[in-house]
Amino acid sequence: MSEVFTKSMARNIYYGGSVFFFLLFLALTFDTSSALPKRDHRENITPQVAKGKAIWEEHDCIGCHTLLGEGAYYAPELGNVYKRFGNSKEAIKGFIKSRPVNGIPGRRSMPQFNLTEEELDALAEFLKWASEINTSNWPPNIQG
Amino acid sequence: MQYSSQSVAKPYFIAAIGLFVGQILFGLIMGLQYVIGDFLFPQLPFNVARMVHTNLLIVWLLFGFMGASYFLVPEESEKELHSPLLALILFWVFLIAGALTILGYLLVPYAQLAEMTGNSILPTMGREFLEQPTITKIGIVIVALGFLYNIGMTILQGRKTVINLVLLTGLVGLAVFFLFSFYNPSNLVLDKYYWWWVVHLWVEGVWELILASILAFVLIKVTGVDREFIEKWLYVIIAMTLITGIVGTGHHYYWIGTPEYWQWWGSIFSAMEPIPFFIMTIFAFTVVNKRRREHPNKAAVLWALGTAVTAFLGAGVWGFLHTLAPINYYTHGTQMTAAHGHLAFYGAYVMVVLTIISYAMPLLRERVANSNTAQVVEMWSFWLMTISMIFITLFLTAAGILHVYLIRAAENPIPFMVMQEKVALFYWMREGAGVVFLIGLIAYLISFFIGGEEKEAATA
Repeated sequence: MSEVFTKSMARNIYYGGSVFFFLLFLALTFDTSSALPKRDHRENITPQVAKGKAIWEEHDCIGCHTLLGEGAYYAPELGNVYKRFGNSKEAIKGFIKSRPVNGIPGRRSMPQFNLTEEELDALAEFLKWASEINTSNWPPNIQG
Repeated sequence: MQYSSQSVAKPYFIAAIGLFVGQILFGLIMGLQYVIGDFLFPQLPFNVARMVHTNLLIVWLLFGFMGASYFLVPEESEKELHSPLLALILFWVFLIAGALTILGYLLVPYAQLAEMTGNSILPTMGREFLEQPTITKIGIVIVALGFLYNIGMTILQGRKTVINLVLLTGLVGLAVFFLFSFYNPSNLVLDKYYWWWVVHLWVEGVWELILASILAFVLIKVTGVDREFIEKWLYVIIAMTLITGIVGTGHHYYWIGTPEYWQWWGSIFSAMEPIPFFIMTIFAFTVVNKRRREHPNKAAVLWALGTAVTAFLGAGVWGFLHTLAPINYYTHGTQMTAAHGHLAFYGAYVMVVLTIISYAMPLLRERVANSNTAQVVEMWSFWLMTISMIFITLFLTAAGILHVYLIRAAENPIPFMVMQEKVALFYWMREGAGVVFLIGLIAYLISFFIGGEEKEAATA
């Protein structure tokens, strides 16, 4: 065995294989980059949507929720929340605004973030844009 | 211990264990928040506890990797560390920066922390696992550069072995891919695409190089098996890791807006990702069976074998369970991912750090191995932590399957929060297993303070 398969053969597979598959990965990334605009609808990323994403991040929403299935599993999926709330930005804003400061006894509750009307609009616009990304029909169900 | 500069590893290992304890305590808090929703609310919201839990894990594993490097690189290079002083300075810089970041999470609302640290200048915060303020991220880069300089100079001026070169490749990769954490475009799809270049290419790429080289080092030391044999297997393992793992990144590109061909690339390549872990398990047992000496540190041998097996189970088997696109369509974004994440991180990275600590710490304390009593307690902690982590994984898997059953495969799907109440029993059992894990961790801590007849260093 040791004569048939030597250390230098193993080393060559390591070097050759890593380089080859890394280059393949870069080529696929290049192709993905050119295919993405049709799927992510980046023409709809207005300054307001971008601001909404910043608000999403500055409150660490991903620490409880998933967004397109990634994040924490403590609270509902939000990639499709715009559609789940009946294509309504007002419903999203209303939900966020109405969270009680001290929570709900015995139950999970979203914190009260005291967002301004402008911030709420931006966040809702961001979630609306996110719901329009082509995710290959994920999630399987509107409930997420 | 052959080189006096190896002793800088000791504070790194102690800090790693200390932060590990913090990680587990916050894990228990979160576990309780899953079933008692208002526990510590609003003082400690779930997302903050989660940030502390995951960030402590990353930081203590990095402490572990750095300690492992400072311990094994001088021995492999057959020379003293380039600068022990730099290693100690970086230790304090990293520890203080890490502690301040965690305190920032706990004492200030996250949005305010973002504002205080000037996140709007270069926004990088608020993405899973990369929640650190931008200045902390810059600090991590600086510490990593100093660390790589120190380790790199030692290796360049000393003996170059496969083990220290693979370790160095892994560490350089860790630093390079971390740079993608500074890229945060407004386009969520692009953001997610490159976020995985940090997260996936770390844990399913370059970290596996670090893992395999640390494991190979400990196995050489405790078994006395021929280096040529071990190095050949090390190459095979890391070759398979990168051949499958790089394109295997595609298993994260199924449902985030990326093209559908990733369902093929991701499924095929990530389905092969268990192979390197399987080889690692065979390798570890083969090496131990071929051993030329009976090392008195039996606990270290147990950790080494445990790492190989549990990494295969957690990263390999539990990864495979939900990696094929048609299955992942249903399991994506459920507790299935959390189940896999827990056993994979524990089996691969937690256990390899505990392996090197188990081997190196007695040497750093000037003995070959701890007393039998201390080793027995350490082995108890091994079994308590490992078995309870397997149960945590099983309970989370059950919760994930029920999520699919109640919402995604149901004729009358129920809302997410209603589903969460229906699966609460499994969250309670997970919390119970978590308490057993804590007991195992306490036993682990106690094992360091048990005296008795230690194996003398003179015979080493």
